[in-house]
Amino acid sequence: MLAYIIRRMAQSILVLFVVGLVAFSMFRFVGDPIDNMLGQERTQADIERLREQLGLDQPFVVQYWRFLEQAVQGNFGLSYRQGRPVADILIERLPATLELAVVSGLMALVGGIALGIFTAIWRRGVSANVIMTLSLVGVSLPTFLIGILLIYLFSVELGWLPSFGRGEVTDLGGWTTGFLTESGLKALILPAFTLGLYQMTLIMRLVRTEMLEVLRMDYIRFARARGIREKSINFRHALKNTLVPVITITGLQLGSIIAFAIITETVFQWPGVGLLFINAIQFVDIPVMAAYLMLISVMFVGINLIVDMLYFVIDPRLRVDRTQGGH
Amino acid sequence: MTDTPVLSVRDLVVEIPTRHGVLRPVDHVSYDIRAGEILGVVGESGAGKSMGGNAVIGLLDRPARIVAGEVLLSGQPIHDLTGDAIRRLRGKKMGMIFQDPLTSLNPLLTIGEQLTETILEHLDVGQTEARKRAIAALEEVGIPAAAQRINSYPHEFSGGMRQRVVIALALCAEPDLVIADEPTTALDVSVQAQIVALLKRLCRDRGVAVMLVTHDMGVIAEAADRVAVMYAGRLAELGPVREVLTNARHPYTAGLMASTPLASQGRKRLRQIPGAMPRLGALPSGCAFHPRCEFAQDQCRAEPGPTLDRCDGRAACWFPLTTDQKVSA
Amino acid sequence: MTEAAETSAQSPTSRARRIWDSDFMWSFRHAPVAVVSFFVVVVLILGAVLAPLIAPHDPFDPATLNLMNGFTPPGDANAFTGDRFLLGTDDQGRDVFSTILYGMRISLFVGFAAVALAMVIGVTLGLLAGYLGGWVETIIMRVADVQLTFPAILVAMLIFGIAKGITPPEYRDQMAIWVLILAIGLSDWVQFARVVRGATLVEKSKEYVQAARLIGRTPFSIMLRHILPNVLNPVLVIATISLALAIIAEATLSFLGVGAPPTKPSLGTLIRIGQEFMFSGEWWILFFPALALLALALSINLLGDWLRDALNPRLR
Repeated sequence: MLAYIIRRMAQSILVLFVVGLVAFSMFRFVGDPIDNMLGQERTQADIERLREQLGLDQPFVVQYWRFLEQAVQGNFGLSYRQGRPVADILIERLPATLELAVVSGLMALVGGIALGIFTAIWRRGVSANVIMTLSLVGVSLPTFLIGILLIYLFSVELGWLPSFGRGEVTDLGGWTTGFLTESGLKALILPAFTLGLYQMTLIMRLVRTEMLEVLRMDYIRFARARGIREKSINFRHALKNTLVPVITITGLQLGSIIAFAIITETVFQWPGVGLLFINAIQFVDIPVMAAYLMLISVMFVGINLIVDMLYFVIDPRLRVDRTQGGH
Repeated sequence: MTDTPVLSVRDLVVEIPTRHGVLRPVDHVSYDIRAGEILGVVGESGAGKSMGGNAVIGLLDRPARIVAGEVLLSGQPIHDLTGDAIRRLRGKKMGMIFQDPLTSLNPLLTIGEQLTETILEHLDVGQTEARKRAIAALEEVGIPAAAQRINSYPHEFSGGMRQRVVIALALCAEPDLVIADEPTTALDVSVQAQIVALLKRLCRDRGVAVMLVTHDMGVIAEAADRVAVMYAGRLAELGPVREVLTNARHPYTAGLMASTPLASQGRKRLRQIPGAMPRLGALPSGCAFHPRCEFAQDQCRAEPGPTLDRCDGRAACWFPLTTDQKVSA
Repeated sequence: MTEAAETSAQSPTSRARRIWDSDFMWSFRHAPVAVVSFFVVVVLILGAVLAPLIAPHDPFDPATLNLMNGFTPPGDANAFTGDRFLLGTDDQGRDVFSTILYGMRISLFVGFAAVALAMVIGVTLGLLAGYLGGWVETIIMRVADVQLTFPAILVAMLIFGIAKGITPPEYRDQMAIWVLILAIGLSDWVQFARVVRGATLVEKSKEYVQAARLIGRTPFSIMLRHILPNVLNPVLVIATISLALAIIAEATLSFLGVGAPPTKPSLGTLIRIGQEFMFSGEWWILFFPALALLALALSINLLGDWLRDALNPRLR
């Protein structure tokens, strides 16, 4: 098991190296950093001095290594657009995104698994079929349209909930939270639902497919042939087997919530890192793009590692010997 | 000893509606199994052997369904039971053993969990007693160090051992009837004999009625008391195993015997039955076997084969073979 | 069955008859959802392709625009000019119906082109990885794994951002559509590669492929003639579902302002523009493009869903 974890760790670090390379290449080759940093009035001497200062005269590998050194310390330079350190901007914006992502993720997970089980068990029932059809509409409905629809309904027509922003936030030593005020919570409802709905639909469909697959297995038939109650077959025999494959994809889904937050944050003008990223793309603000990319990669890789660990908890076959494998 | 057979199947018909028409994988089949008796059900794949077993235990997959006939368990009709009523009988009154022990056990539950769950479901005992019985069941099927192995997961056992666990599971709530659906097919040859011997011993010791579904004539010869030969959903021949094996009266059985290497027969060359069993959707008119039968006559081509109760009760054939009539070798 | 015997003749009508009677067509005819979706898709595609013929106005021709026609509600006569518009007009006086037809042209073009790109890349790399194995396979599948760690839409945004940084500002609007296709196509090849590789591994070990190798067929011709036909079904299913995803991705990027420019509006751009008027009551500028996008994505998805079931009976 230890060997497996170490191998996965090594893979994760490799992924981060590759992403770092992409981020670095963006710095180095997309637009000229000198152009971006010096104003219109510059002398050749200025350029040379800055080249040396930035280490741009060094070989590529050395530059890449320096970039990684800086990145590990959280130093991504100044935002071209705001002129402030990128790290500061990100840290300031991160709580908004994380709070949104956690609430939507929980909703997607709980709702998705529950609905998935329901539609698998009662797959011939009317309500299960209605849910399945709705879910297809949900998958086909782009996130931003769901957001607009919700704004139209609850903000424009009914006037119950705010259509943009985070509401009133409380500062807890550098972490701003919207959980503690009424307006903060109200402002969270629509974005969280928008962001969670799509993921919930995906998780639901996945759980359903996997569960149907498991319910066809011989050991389920055998359990039936032994007169085990349906309830125990569904929740004891089938659910656990369903969860093994579901965990991976669900883990990845939850990771992608942070990425999909970009869309939701734009629709609701939610002041998180996603909105920051979109603005950075529009203005070709390379340091912000690169830093966001690195930040999000670290999160994804972290989530993937946790998912891998979870496997061991659930599946006894992995705990003993991986080479025996198969399923 | 009462006269009531443990299992009595009467004129059972199972149908599957498809867009090409209605298929009949089980067509007017009747047989009895008494306590302590092993009935071998043999036939090619697709002959309706497994479907018959599934129909008895009420596990037919949609859209297959019983449309006629009855299934009596110790004299009680069970073919029209649904939901909880039939579930209570499964495991308690009738157990089932599946073909592949690798896939029959839930990989994420220990064999102890699967055993005690079944025992607690059907017998009025507490946790500790259930565990004791689970260990006893494992010992009975020959799992060494059962008290320790009970906490193991299925993947920690070999194929043969897993099939023993499957048998323990099927028998742990002490059913009167066991349906074994190809219990040896997925096993190594060396293990097959052990499993067959185990089944035989359990049948004798406990007085369980066993329905042994297989395509392997060797297993039938080894284990069964009586044999039912199925062809295209119908019962071709039914009788005591010695008589049927040595003295087949249905031409299909005779052909089957001629194509099986049985040590007891001492036959030098094996023969094939010409052609293949027809698909259920494309049965020939008349007797389903007539296109492959070397003794077929006009009546065979015109009329469906007789059911057993309409002829001599042994072979469902218009012109059953007599002792001196042998399949040309 | 008797029908089968009759249709053995090779006349064109009997061939059409046989296709009509095939399991595939049978399940199509008996799936009302699939039939309806199919016709919706066909109508929408025809509308987009024939936009220059059908559209009452050319939204890109300033000469036909009249600012006085701005904000005309659907069906009503304009207060100043008396002109009527089926789905109303936007702030510039452009006919919403026409902009939708032209917008769909761009959405569908980007969608089809991106899927085609993803398919070519994915199928090629999948075949190579599966057939050649070794380090080729390792590299291709590692890259796929890394990319799969990131959601496609993020990858697409990133590619778009980088491409935008590289293109000189004066070409950005012109290049936007091609950059979109590149971004969405490159973000979506992994699915194809994985499935094709899996199927290739299965086919490769089969005897007929071994036999083809023994008689000296080149790897290229084996891949093309023996393996490719066997992976077409799953590729078709993925392509259909990818098309819906690509159209949604394009709309999303354009909506976020990192896609099709306002000078060449796709459905996403139209929705972005329409959103501004939602609060002031001109709902039709937002509603109809949104409806068109939903109809397009949903019917393609439904079709893909049915296709997956029809081509893979095991999953029923």
